[in-house]
Amino acid sequence: MTKQVTIDAKGVHYTPLNQQIRKALEDGADEVVVNNVLGQRFIGDGLHGDATIRVNGVAGGDLAMFMSGPTIIVHGNAEHAPGNTMDSGKVVIHGSAGDAVAHSMRGGKVFVRGDIGYRGGIHMKQYETQRPILVVGGSAQTFLGEYMAGGLLVVLGLDGVMKAREIGSGIHGGEIVIRGDVDDACLAAGAKKVPLTDEDRTRIAPVLREFADDFGLDPEPIVNANYTRIVPASARPFAGKYTWE
Amino acid sequence: MCGIFGVMDKRRQMMDGSGIREALSTMNERGSGEGAGYVAYGIYPDYRDCYALHVFLDNPCESKGIVDATLEQWGTIEHDEAIPTCDQPGLRANCTPWRYFFKPDASLAPGSATPEKDVVTNLVMQINAGANGAEVVSSGKNVGVFKSGGAGSWPEAVADYYRIQDYEGYLWLAHNRYATSSPELWERPDPFNLHDWSVVENGKTTTYGTNRRYIESFGYNCTTSTDSEVIAYAIDLMVRRHGLDIDLAVRALAPPYWEEIDQMPEAEQKLNRALRFAYGSAAMNGPFTVVAANPDMMVGFTDRGKLRPMVVGECADRLYIASEESAIRAMEPDVESITRPAAGEPVIGRVAP
Repeated sequence: MTKQVTIDAKGVHYTPLNQQIRKALEDGADEVVVNNVLGQRFIGDGLHGDATIRVNGVAGGDLAMFMSGPTIIVHGNAEHAPGNTMDSGKVVIHGSAGDAVAHSMRGGKVFVRGDIGYRGGIHMKQYETQRPILVVGGSAQTFLGEYMAGGLLVVLGLDGVMKAREIGSGIHGGEIVIRGDVDDACLAAGAKKVPLTDEDRTRIAPVLREFADDFGLDPEPIVNANYTRIVPASARPFAGKYTWE
Repeated sequence: MCGIFGVMDKRRQMMDGSGIREALSTMNERGSGEGAGYVAYGIYPDYRDCYALHVFLDNPCESKGIVDATLEQWGTIEHDEAIPTCDQPGLRANCTPWRYFFKPDASLAPGSATPEKDVVTNLVMQINAGANGAEVVSSGKNVGVFKSGGAGSWPEAVADYYRIQDYEGYLWLAHNRYATSSPELWERPDPFNLHDWSVVENGKTTTYGTNRRYIESFGYNCTTSTDSEVIAYAIDLMVRRHGLDIDLAVRALAPPYWEEIDQMPEAEQKLNRALRFAYGSAAMNGPFTVVAANPDMMVGFTDRGKLRPMVVGECADRLYIASEESAIRAMEPDVESITRPAAGEPVIGRVAP
């Protein structure tokens, strides 16, 4: 039997709120429901285990930072940098999110149904089996995948035109997959377009199906759509800019 | 960091300061407790034809005498009084906030299209440049700035010190400061105001020196070493004295990159090149989000690289611009639309005439 704990965040500062969430998990809760969240920061930060935290409201900055294991589901929008340096686990945001989503993320999944702001996926990284995944249902803004060092970043653009320019500025690892065509003028220095092979499609299909399932979308049109894959042009895009050899 | 908040009612319906206080306090984490401030339009209906001068006096004896004498040279003082305050634990007042309701003598600025505002500009520059223990912090009609600096200046303490819940305005800006220099000065935090225009900013421009030299060549004196002061004067210069529309003034302050201009249709290219050439020294670089207001409008914009956040909310007649969505929802829980405009897209709300 699952143990559920409900917390009312109305008017509560983020420090006692996060103490309450941590305490609930320590006491063996499988599911924590946090109601009336209004911009409280650092929710789920550094938490371990496999509990589910449901956030009802607007999640504040640095949601799930350093988190290792739990699942956070946000029914609302999130502010800046959800998934910051996240280690493993999953963040599902039913609304939109601010700038620097998945900042320096090192593992796990961040799914955003709506749009994300500037610098999504900035400096995502990977190491051996640790491979972070960010999927955006709506649109992303400029400097998408800036300084990206690893992981998978998918933008589906389901709600209209993708606005990002300077995509993959300084990318030196990982891959950015965007539904539809991407104009060459939108790519930044260090990024290059390559075709999405059948092998690539097979590899990302399970991620797309999981995303569709989380948000109640029909997976087939998403899995079968045309995609542009953007990868690093080199492992050291600024070798000639910042170093003299 | 810093947290900023602005709300405007398009039909001039009044809001007292309590909701603005609550909105700003949701963003306390963005400040360091060393400065906060509020500015409201529409608060002095009984003196609507006078310029309301909010002045910080080092002491109400010598400093006030100097201000009185300066104002009498430039016009008539209709009324003056101490701004009502209520002591707050932990907030140390190091000056006496005073207000004057003042009518400038327009004949002292012959040949000006806006003589009263030129007179007010001159006397504000004169008082603020002098080592006289007085700083004018706002100087417009039917508008007032309420702010403080130093330890204990959290948004709630500053609001309660000035009792901003007792004021009703149709347009409010608010600012929560993360002090990076001179945290102790009361005139230092935003908002900055010069008669019509008020500015709150989250950021730090790297072009401060260039912008300041440019604006000082037109007779403005920058006395607080803060970029928001320069922005307020730059907007006054471009909109009032040069007659630019606000959207062009914003484009001069935060212009598109040359590569973006190259992609525009020819007429647009010409306009944008002309603006960049004419106002190259006013263009700002570095991270910033600015919300500016005058009695008829509120405008928000960010730097071109979008290094600071800006969230916009709309609900019936109200337009909100804030650093975080939570601030908007603190005042308007059922806000109808929330957007995050792209860099270089100014958000302009106008009050119905």
